[in-house]
Amino acid sequence: MLSFKLETRPEASRTMSYLSPLIAVALTMLGGLLLFSALGKDPLEGFQVFFLNPLRHWYGVSELLLKAVPLMLIAVGLAIGFRANVWNIGAEGQFILGACGATGVALAMGDSSGPLVLPAMVVAGALGGAAWAAIPAFLRTRFNANEILVSLMLVYVAQLLVSWLVFGPWMDPDGFNFPQSKMFSDSALLPLLVEGTRLNLAFVMALGVLVIGYVFMHNSYLGFKMRVAGEAADAARYAGFSAKRMVWIGLLVGGACAGLAGMAEVAGPMGQLTDKVASGYGFAAIIVAFVGRLNPIGIFFASLLMALLFLGGEQAQLYLSLPASISKVFQGMLLFFLLGSDLFINYRLRVRLTLAKAGD
Amino acid sequence: MSNRRNFIKAASGVAVATALGFGLLGAAQAADPLKVGFVYISPIGDAGWTYQHDQGRLQMEKALGDKVATKYIENVPEGADAERVIRELASSGYNLIYATSFGYMNYVERVAKQFPNVTLMHATGYKTGKNFGNYNARFYEGRYLNGVVAGKMSKSNVLGYVAAFPIPEVVMGINAFARGARSVNPDAEVRVIWVNSWYDPGKEREATLTLISQGADMLTHHTDSTAVVQAAEEKGVNAFSYHSDMSKYGAKAQLSGTTHQWGKFYTDTTQSVLDGTWKPASTWGGIKEGMIEIVPLNSSVPADVKALVDKLEGDMRAGTFHPFAGPVVDQDGKTRVAAGEVISDEDLSHMKYFVEGVASKLRQN
Repeated sequence: MLSFKLETRPEASRTMSYLSPLIAVALTMLGGLLLFSALGKDPLEGFQVFFLNPLRHWYGVSELLLKAVPLMLIAVGLAIGFRANVWNIGAEGQFILGACGATGVALAMGDSSGPLVLPAMVVAGALGGAAWAAIPAFLRTRFNANEILVSLMLVYVAQLLVSWLVFGPWMDPDGFNFPQSKMFSDSALLPLLVEGTRLNLAFVMALGVLVIGYVFMHNSYLGFKMRVAGEAADAARYAGFSAKRMVWIGLLVGGACAGLAGMAEVAGPMGQLTDKVASGYGFAAIIVAFVGRLNPIGIFFASLLMALLFLGGEQAQLYLSLPASISKVFQGMLLFFLLGSDLFINYRLRVRLTLAKAGD
Repeated sequence: MSNRRNFIKAASGVAVATALGFGLLGAAQAADPLKVGFVYISPIGDAGWTYQHDQGRLQMEKALGDKVATKYIENVPEGADAERVIRELASSGYNLIYATSFGYMNYVERVAKQFPNVTLMHATGYKTGKNFGNYNARFYEGRYLNGVVAGKMSKSNVLGYVAAFPIPEVVMGINAFARGARSVNPDAEVRVIWVNSWYDPGKEREATLTLISQGADMLTHHTDSTAVVQAAEEKGVNAFSYHSDMSKYGAKAQLSGTTHQWGKFYTDTTQSVLDGTWKPASTWGGIKEGMIEIVPLNSSVPADVKALVDKLEGDMRAGTFHPFAGPVVDQDGKTRVAAGEVISDEDLSHMKYFVEGVASKLRQN
């Protein structure tokens, strides 16, 4: 008879750790084919609509990049913290605060145009996100409060805060009391990279942040210390690395990146602040960070994949009349298969064939 | 097959002429159907805002037959994603698009500018353009009639109102309900609880129970779920549904309600696009235009109340009665509309005060 057994590998498999996301993607696509058949659709047509249709023209590609920008920005910031075992789950709230910071600058500047408006908004966005992340950092380092819970719960506080702002002091006086700020003036909007699309300078910013993130993680002493802190906390302590500092850096960097993404959202496709500014990027980026192996190069591709799942879901609704939740099903499958494949980084499957004894 | 056809059409970006029928008169009127797209904020479900729009879509489809082919996309968030969805419809041959939530406004405007040959209709907003109109309904007319029933039927004289956000549309509904109740019962007062969400069954239920514990025996809501009517049924008090008829969630509790009827409007508007007579406009229709209806009164409502409601409804249909005909006095005693005058649509759409009869205070910004 056959027996299956999971065996601990003597050492975590490097190959498997790179292969795992690819296996997960392949299994997700396979699962997609089965799903389409189960829903009574031609699986190949489903596949084509979901994964290829969004990219059938340049505009679609520009939308994919636009959707991926906040995911890239947030995920790379989170990855720096995650590598040091700092679990910031509240990027969604930091994203909102970044959007609020940038909006504050844009509204304060009014119609005055100037080359400094956008840089000031970038700084305000990053500071807003970092300030929100500083709360769990302080509570963790001062009172040892769990940063997962604190950062997550601050998301709801951030949502109430933005709601108060757009219903209160920042409400557009000509907006019939609807919860929205004034539209930003042109000098407060990120310039478009390609005319006729919505892809803007934030894409270049995101690429820059990915490069900086890569250099920080792989070529800096601080990045090295953070990795040691994550992989071997005892070793880090013996080496005299300050654990508190790791927490602060992990959260502040994650918050600043998420804040930057929030700034890019209001100064990009939205052009104003509304209470609907948060659309789940902060949570989706957590999946992106792990699918991308907490590595900026991987994150780049993972964010494109994640963006494609969003866009594909819209296409599937339009051309296959499938329900809106199809995107979520795909995201769920991706995470599920990733966690499943990740098991084989540290374990391997032993298959044994033993002959059954007579009389059994 | 038709899915594949749609897909190929869209993929190639070419409108393939498909003869769909043979003109009986022999005039070879074999034109493509007009493709009409609907963008919904939430899933359709079986009651509520989006459900009513979808009922309107189906009614329009039925009325216009094979002259139209409709498609809806549900659960489209009111953020930057909305623009892509609306644009996708516009670029794949949908020449008439109804976007049915306020937050789509600026995205509809941008798509309208990029696609001058596509007609875009936006619900509950205030912007228009060359190929961009908006529409809304005078929900407050139904609210007033519901208020009359509530004022007549209440024993405690406390009426509860579960509301989403203090925007004019919600405020005018509360005021109309209060004025209706006070017109027949000067002791009636309306208490409001804000749940700060359009759809949150948990909070809506909690707010309902709080209002009941404060003595409210008549409840209504400006939120999207059936929670208020359900909670009222459970606690043995009465309720007035909003958006949809919710009698199956509260057969005893629901005395009446205010429902949205978009079918006729969608049929007429789509027909005008087919005829080439469509013009950008801001439509604000009520009982007279058939865009608002009240739910038929529960059999427990006495005949004299029903007669009064019927009369008022008839007056509104004839245009001889307005729920905000002066004097309109706010809760601080200030006269907002003088006797003999009627509130203007402009003032109505900016309404930022509660009228007398509303016990709760309005958050001032």
